[in-house]
Amino acid sequence: MRVALFITCVNDTLFPGTGKAVVSLLRRLGCEVDFPAAQTCCGQMHVNTGYREEGVRLARHFTEVFAGYDAVVAPSGSCAAMVREQYPKLVKPGSRGAAAVAAVAPKVYELTEFLLDVLKVEDVGAYFPHRVTYHPTCHSLRGLRLGDRPARLLRNVRGLDLVPLPGAEECCGFGGTFAVKNPAVSSAMGADKVRGVLDTGAEVLCAADNSCLMHIGGMLGRQRTGVRVMHLAEILASTEEVKAS
Amino acid sequence: MSATFLGMPGNFPKNSARAVQNSQLRYNLRKATHTIRGKRASVVGELPDWQELRAAGKAIKDETLRHLDRYLLQLEAAVTAAGGHVHWARDAAEANRIVAGLVKATGEREVVKVKSMATQEIGLNEALAAEGITAYETDLAELIVQLGDDFPSHILVPAIHRNRAEIREIFLDRMADAPPGLTDEPAALAEAARVHLRERFLRSKVAVSGANFMIAETGTLVVLESEGNGRMCLTLPETLISVVGIEKVLPTWRDLEVFLQLLPRSSTGERMNPYTSTWTGSAEGQDFHLVLLDNGRTDVLADEVGRQALRCIRCSACLNVCPVYERAGGHAYGSVYPGPIGAILTPQLRGMGSELDASLPYASSLCGACYDVCPVAIDIPEVLVDLRAKAPHGAAERAGMRVAGWVLNDQARLAAAQRAASRLRGLVPRRLPGPLSAWTDTRDLPDIPEESFRDWWEREG
Repeated sequence: MRVALFITCVNDTLFPGTGKAVVSLLRRLGCEVDFPAAQTCCGQMHVNTGYREEGVRLARHFTEVFAGYDAVVAPSGSCAAMVREQYPKLVKPGSRGAAAVAAVAPKVYELTEFLLDVLKVEDVGAYFPHRVTYHPTCHSLRGLRLGDRPARLLRNVRGLDLVPLPGAEECCGFGGTFAVKNPAVSSAMGADKVRGVLDTGAEVLCAADNSCLMHIGGMLGRQRTGVRVMHLAEILASTEEVKAS
Repeated sequence: MSATFLGMPGNFPKNSARAVQNSQLRYNLRKATHTIRGKRASVVGELPDWQELRAAGKAIKDETLRHLDRYLLQLEAAVTAAGGHVHWARDAAEANRIVAGLVKATGEREVVKVKSMATQEIGLNEALAAEGITAYETDLAELIVQLGDDFPSHILVPAIHRNRAEIREIFLDRMADAPPGLTDEPAALAEAARVHLRERFLRSKVAVSGANFMIAETGTLVVLESEGNGRMCLTLPETLISVVGIEKVLPTWRDLEVFLQLLPRSSTGERMNPYTSTWTGSAEGQDFHLVLLDNGRTDVLADEVGRQALRCIRCSACLNVCPVYERAGGHAYGSVYPGPIGAILTPQLRGMGSELDASLPYASSLCGACYDVCPVAIDIPEVLVDLRAKAPHGAAERAGMRVAGWVLNDQARLAAAQRAASRLRGLVPRRLPGPLSAWTDTRDLPDIPEESFRDWWEREG
């Protein structure tokens, strides 16, 4: 199966380790992974901050870059939701690029959807001997409706002790530019999320979105809690031979 | 007299930054919203056909709004045939003028009020006061707000920001007939309010209400409430004036059945509310006036994305589940409509001319919890994003977004920017200056990697 990796601009620039983990995981599961180099950004930041014109330009660019693939895999619930849920509203039927959106958008998968729904793998052969809690990011939970997919994958990781996160379904307060436009409320929401994470006694907080983890992790770090944040892909890529960095 | 939101200064980020510092407010709001949230979830979970009900509620409202002209004329004819009088008000000023004129015509100087969002929206109490007419709120929470010269902070529970100790002090301070030994026991507070209000119900000759629904086929108005104050106001006075937004009309009684299930479960988390009052024109011998209020609604109706906000039945489920409302409180929104629904309704009804109103579409992390609980499926995040595209943007932000768009639209430019960031990675301070300090005040920055993913892929992928 010819799979394109949509790395997302945030992961590309700040979290290359997540991209490497997705590549090694998918190759281990027998996929041929392609990285179309012309890819840049899905446009979510622009659209959600009120800059629709720039967003539409990025959306058209995205659909040109990823045309023709069987599947496009993104290690981000938020960016996958942007393409699948928001693109069809953004590029209205009948307007330029609408046909390309209709062709590409349904083929875009968040990583856990691709693993479970397309590859039909629940045990990816991972090993990660740590106490871990999972935060379902809003666009994974209420946008893509990932449901228990991440938990099913995590429960099959050998050595991993998955502990439930209190108030898991509540937003962490990141919200893209919300984090800097409304920093007081964003931090108050983050503080409550941090309290939930600490209550679990977990060593690692994982999620399907590095952007939310950057916010929660930034607070966990500032408060010197010693709790690490990791993208789900990095845990799933980790084996006894190749440990997560 | 309760204070008015009109012309309130500030903006949402500043107002909410003050609110999050108030530990009493944070405690009160967290406790109250989580309690109602839990009750709602449990009674909604009982109904296997909740999603079908929700879809029906949405469909009925959409159909009604599409033919609003027809249903409003049908309603007017039915109310008139039943002996009522219908008045049309284009805006707040016209509605206030009509109500003040009707009250004056009775020769009375006092009115009792049933809790109503529409009359708060138009600032009716203040307008009546300017004409020498005193309006008394009779809903317990509205009474607390009015006595405390305060702002409402929630659609359903306007005094949600007050705890019982604060309420006791307001009563002792402002309610002339409060018993001197009043405790902060809920039953004692309710009894004090009951005794205080009973005298007003029996004395008043004029009442002002809103309505939850208006049924076009028979000209019937419907009010749902919990305390019985509505029933008193709607039945005892000789004159009843109802101010209702034009979007509150429903075609038939069969349509009402859907909403009598959706509203109480979404709102108070009850299977059925204690009191449902219905009345048709002057059938009970009262002099009845219906003031149909536009006040920006037809403009909202003209907006293809924003019009779904007119489906709102004012249940407050979106407030109770909103993580932003829970921390910011209702006052930060500077409107009688706070929370997620307020963030899409206020800028549409008032425009985005003020700094406060222009900041409201951004008062959300777009987490989507509001859309999930909305009983008429208003896609609040969709409307927020649409309003953000129409909101005025600051020059610095616009310039930054344009540059970011230019960089992100081309792989070579993006790669160059990433390499520049990698070269400078050792120089990034722990605390950023200017607007970026909004990030580093409470959070560490992630380390900038030595190389981007795309450079790694080119080398090793």
